[in-house]
Amino acid sequence: MKDILKDLDKAFENKLRLGIMSALLVNDFLDFNALKEILDATDGNLASHLKTLEKEGYITFTKEFVDRKPNTKYMVTESGIEAFIKHLKAIENLLK
Amino acid sequence: MEKEKYIQDLRQIKEIMDRSSKFISLSGLSGVAAGIIALAGAWYAYQNIYTESDFYGYQVVTISSESIASIIGLGALILILAIGAGVFFTAQKAKKANQKVWNSQAKRLLINLSIPLVTGGLLSLIFLSRGFIGIIAPLTLIFYGLALVNASKYTHEEIRSLGIIEIALGLLSAYFIGFGLLFWAIGFGLLHIVYGIIMHYRYGS
Repeated sequence: MKDILKDLDKAFENKLRLGIMSALLVNDFLDFNALKEILDATDGNLASHLKTLEKEGYITFTKEFVDRKPNTKYMVTESGIEAFIKHLKAIENLLK
Repeated sequence: MEKEKYIQDLRQIKEIMDRSSKFISLSGLSGVAAGIIALAGAWYAYQNIYTESDFYGYQVVTISSESIASIIGLGALILILAIGAGVFFTAQKAKKANQKVWNSQAKRLLINLSIPLVTGGLLSLIFLSRGFIGIIAPLTLIFYGLALVNASKYTHEEIRSLGIIEIALGLLSAYFIGFGLLFWAIGFGLLHIVYGIIMHYRYGS
């Protein structure tokens, strides 16, 4: 039991962070506004949780300019995918 | 207690994955409307373009350039009306669900739908301009079906089976080439209405 709980990732305990990862996992990339719309989150809240995931190294981003407006595209990293799968497996084991 | 939370989490993950990768505002009513428009168009074509020729005997049908022009005109009109109705009902559904119609999922759906569809449309026009009118019904059905199968990954999964049926109808209609208009009416009229009703009841509008 203890081992299972150890595999659960603290970064995904938060609903919004879990949502960000779920959305990014099935999309090559999503920009800030798309994420905002999908997750129905406020700017500040979304930005802070994106930052947390970025610090963990689970997501990365590129900045571009579209019509002179900055457009940030977020995508999940390899270690993000690994961590998410590990987390899902831990949940699966927990529910067994 | 603890488990309940993770079951909730799993549900949320699945829901967000679906919602973020698929266009789900597609309205069943737009299918019904497109189907009715197509049936009306097919009926009009049967009455006005085919009257002077033997509808079932393809070989003896002689097509004047005038009727080719009217077929292109009628086809364009049906296409515009059907797309208009589709956009209208889908926009309404998105509005009700408080979602944007023109989001990244919609763009992806349209791009993947358009590649086979535009190819088929252009090919049909090329054949039509050479007078090969019998090939139009099978071609439009087959390419429309391929477009649906291709786009189905990005919206409700029923679209895939609709596409496969359209392809099968198209192939059949290529064999029974004299019955082109009939197959066309089934594929673009009847099937749209049936699938539209199914989707309307499954997903609301």
